[in-house]
Amino acid sequence: MKTLRILILGATSAMAEATARLYAVEGAAIALAGRDPTRLATIAADLSARGARATSILARDLAEMEGIEAAFDGVVADLGGIDHVLLFYGVLGDQAEAERDLSEARKILDIDFTSAALWSLAAAKHLEAQGSGALVVVGSVAGDRGRQSNYVYGAAKAGLGVLVQGIAHRFALKRRKSLHAVLVKPGFVDTPMTDGLKKGGALWATPEQVAAIIRKAAAGSGPIVYAPWFWRFILLIIRLVPAPIFHKTRL
Amino acid sequence: MSGFISTDRRQSWGRVTRPTQKVAKPHFPDEVPPLVGEAVRGSTPLLAVGLMRSYGDSNLNPGGAVVDMTALDRIHAFDPRSGVLRADAGLSLDALIRTTLPHRLFPAVVPGTRFVTLGGAVGNDVHGKNHHRSGSFGNHVRKLGLRRSDGSLHELGPDDSTGLFAATIGGLGLTGLVEWVELELTRIDGSSIDGETVPFHSLEEFFALSDESIASHEFTVSWIDCTRVEGTAMRGLFSRGNWSRDPARLPHPAKPKAGIPIEFPSFALNPLSLRLFNDLYFRLGRWRAGRSLTHYAPFFFPLDSIMNWNRLYGRPGMYQYQCVVPPTDSLPVIAELLQTIAASGEGSFLAVLKTFGDRASPGMLSFPREGTTLALDFRNRGTETLALMARLDEIVLAAGGRLYPAKDGRMSARLFQNGYPRLAEFTPHVDPHFSSAFWRRVAP
Ligand SMILES: Cc1cc2nc3c(=O)[nH]c(=O)nc-3n(C[C@H](O)[C@H](O)[C@H](O)COP(=O)(O)OP(=O)(O)OC[C@H]3O[C@@H](n4cnc5c(N)ncnc54)[C@H](O)[C@@H]3O)c2cc1C
Repeated sequence: MKTLRILILGATSAMAEATARLYAVEGAAIALAGRDPTRLATIAADLSARGARATSILARDLAEMEGIEAAFDGVVADLGGIDHVLLFYGVLGDQAEAERDLSEARKILDIDFTSAALWSLAAAKHLEAQGSGALVVVGSVAGDRGRQSNYVYGAAKAGLGVLVQGIAHRFALKRRKSLHAVLVKPGFVDTPMTDGLKKGGALWATPEQVAAIIRKAAAGSGPIVYAPWFWRFILLIIRLVPAPIFHKTRL
Repeated sequence: MSGFISTDRRQSWGRVTRPTQKVAKPHFPDEVPPLVGEAVRGSTPLLAVGLMRSYGDSNLNPGGAVVDMTALDRIHAFDPRSGVLRADAGLSLDALIRTTLPHRLFPAVVPGTRFVTLGGAVGNDVHGKNHHRSGSFGNHVRKLGLRRSDGSLHELGPDDSTGLFAATIGGLGLTGLVEWVELELTRIDGSSIDGETVPFHSLEEFFALSDESIASHEFTVSWIDCTRVEGTAMRGLFSRGNWSRDPARLPHPAKPKAGIPIEFPSFALNPLSLRLFNDLYFRLGRWRAGRSLTHYAPFFFPLDSIMNWNRLYGRPGMYQYQCVVPPTDSLPVIAELLQTIAASGEGSFLAVLKTFGDRASPGMLSFPREGTTLALDFRNRGTETLALMARLDEIVLAAGGRLYPAKDGRMSARLFQNGYPRLAEFTPHVDPHFSSAFWRRVAP
């Protein structure tokens, strides 16, 4: 089998790392992008030991909008082409703070939407020219309906979702089987991001479970994948609840 | 970064108590020193824990702070040629084997479950079915990184002259937090065990089989039916094996899917069902007896295919009792222990008997020593169960034996102090900010 070449944006997230391990076992060449070079080096060593053929590190603030395209091209040159681009990074932010202080709102929108959209567009441009490859973007079920508790984060993820959907449509018109884009929407995942919440119960998934779904999604399936699948139905119901009733809840 | 969160959701494998403690789960090594610092500033006793496969209270710190090491599970370096692997202490043997098996390398010593961390394996200096050949886990540790509460990080190996290495191997997490472990793996040809099961009908027969197998077999262990014992007459299955020379490399088993979804009602386990189970187990074993090639997983880790089997014991949980008695009087002492258990009407699903060899463990508090070890589990029926174990304690004490802290949730300070003659040498190495429920009970 040929060596897959992967770029992981936001490689220090628990879900990203669990996914990277699946690629490592396959012997992939993996570029890890994120802010903290020490943490990235720790992960890179682990992936190599687990079987990754090569690992490289792109230490940068992914929310930094300048030079995204050049950075992306650098990775592509480094890996000698690219097969899968996976975008994991994002911040939950503080909704109440975002309502008080617009700079907090802007931070959430810049990280979760604007910069993520630019990385996605840079990847799409390259994959389309190459005629093959997969763009996998991790969104959130929070983007499916605006809720008072986290709608700034939700709006950013919803916007990102529409963007990826558009890229998927654009790719589909190329009629190349090996070219596609997919949005993965995880529900509750036991990661450091959710450490403030009470965990446990049937709705909570581990990063490893979600990673397996993401890996499969990268190999090609529908343009929108819920992780695990049952969230599709939960969110269908949540979207269908009429506003007068929905507005009585504290969701 | 996540700090400590107060919770009562964590239990040890025996599930007898459910204490409230502050728990933190760092995901990166750089988060560890600040967590240690936070506990020290708050004068909160600290303890690192792994996958919580110890049965009693040595991995619990009621009212204190616990650092869950399981998200620190990265491999630092693995060299298939030298067979040396260095990894974070939170790496499980399950994940380790997944990585090393394709290179025909395996941990030199594994306990009866692969869901233990490197840190936990060091903390209890675990033993396996090959103790008579390979000693304990600590015999194969080349180096480890120990974080003390004063913030210092010590790189320790068997050549350490301060005693801190020997105190940390089998040191029950009391000497500090083990951040990483460097391990020497053992080379194998394939992934099967060339095994054999021999039924026996008395303790004399067990010891004869044991003696005879030491030279011929790397792995030995026996199951006995502790519900039917008369004098030294009893039924058992002696199993022994060697790594097969067959180069076939079978895959690592998948994560267990079948599990015990709920706590069993307490009445499900009673003397009658135990007798029936033991009877069936023996008959099945006798029927299957003889030589066979088995995958290593069912051979080493028979219970791992059933997730959460500890829930079989219901809400009250269970105790495990494991002792080792010196070789000189092994036979009469084991016979007396078994008679006492049989007379009580209590029994155990899995009573396990094995002889330890004379290879010295590196740790000051390591459990394995030359002699015979007996391990059983008892459902928790409160005072009656405690009284039975207290009777067993007296027999172990009189014989000059010791209990295994990994399996204990109630032994007296007297029994512990008598069983571990190097305790006085150990205590100066205890980190002043580290403690556990177990240690607060048995410390001198
Ligand atoms: C089915 C089953 C079979 C078993 N069979 C055997 C057997 O054959 N032989 C045997 O010896 N044992 C056996 N055990 C016991 C088990 O191997 C030990 O209890 C082991 O130590 C558990 O590892 P853990 O990662 O779950 O550690 P925990 O139970 O979480 O912790 C164990 C100890 O290690 C310390 N510790 C853990 N991590 C660190 C760290 N990073 N730094 C410092 N201290 C640390 C803890 O403080 C505690 O004292 C068995 C257990 C089960 C459930």
